[in-house]
Amino acid sequence: MSGLCYRFQVPGDDYSRAGEASSTVKNRLKRLGVSPEAIRRVSIALYEGEINMVIHGGGGEVTVTVSPDRVDMVLEDHGKGIPDIEKAMQEGYSTASEEARSLGFGAGMGLPNMKKYTDTMQIESTVGVGTTVRMTVLL
Amino acid sequence: MTVSQLDQLPGFIRLGGPDEDREIRKIYCCDLLSLAMARAPADCAWVTVMGNMNTVAVATLADAACIVLAENAAIPEECIRKAADEGVAVYRCDEPIFETAKRIDALL
Repeated sequence: MSGLCYRFQVPGDDYSRAGEASSTVKNRLKRLGVSPEAIRRVSIALYEGEINMVIHGGGGEVTVTVSPDRVDMVLEDHGKGIPDIEKAMQEGYSTASEEARSLGFGAGMGLPNMKKYTDTMQIESTVGVGTTVRMTVLL
Repeated sequence: MTVSQLDQLPGFIRLGGPDEDREIRKIYCCDLLSLAMARAPADCAWVTVMGNMNTVAVATLADAACIVLAENAAIPEECIRKAADEGVAVYRCDEPIFETAKRIDALL
């Protein structure tokens, strides 16, 4: 796939650094002249994904590819995996830790927000091995 | 109204922010960051008691004009600096969330 490719390492258990990938991508999309609405959708989906990687995935890698007509995002972690993806997709369902909740997370909105704000989203997860989320926002 | 007009409101203290002023078009109240991320309107004054680095990240990504910490909620100095770098002003008010929002609403 052609396009600009950005890679980020998301540290596990470091809430203060979550958001670096989405913030950087947001600024780059702005400079590329992408519409504010598309930037907002990418930012929300990517930030939620980053936070999930910190809370549940023990960190991982984010790859963002920007093409003239689309933004593709791949978020890969080697954490504990999702046993029941359908349940995890329900609004309000959360397995976030007390620490995550005390910081304002754990509303059970992460995956539903990611689905809502992207054009396509696929989750592959194996318990004990990790999770890969692929999302696309069409421009 | 603009962010700097918050300086006139009783009980409001500016903790930091960018040099440029910004327009406030709406008020948004919420402490759950995922909800705020998805629903805070651009150019809003976001009233919350949640003062941490993730609040700053959400405000930046949602394009909030400013963060207003109600109930005199604490926020680390590094978060205020980061918010200012990202173009988001941070205020504090000693009133609860509803009263804080009402005071801003009087200027909208």
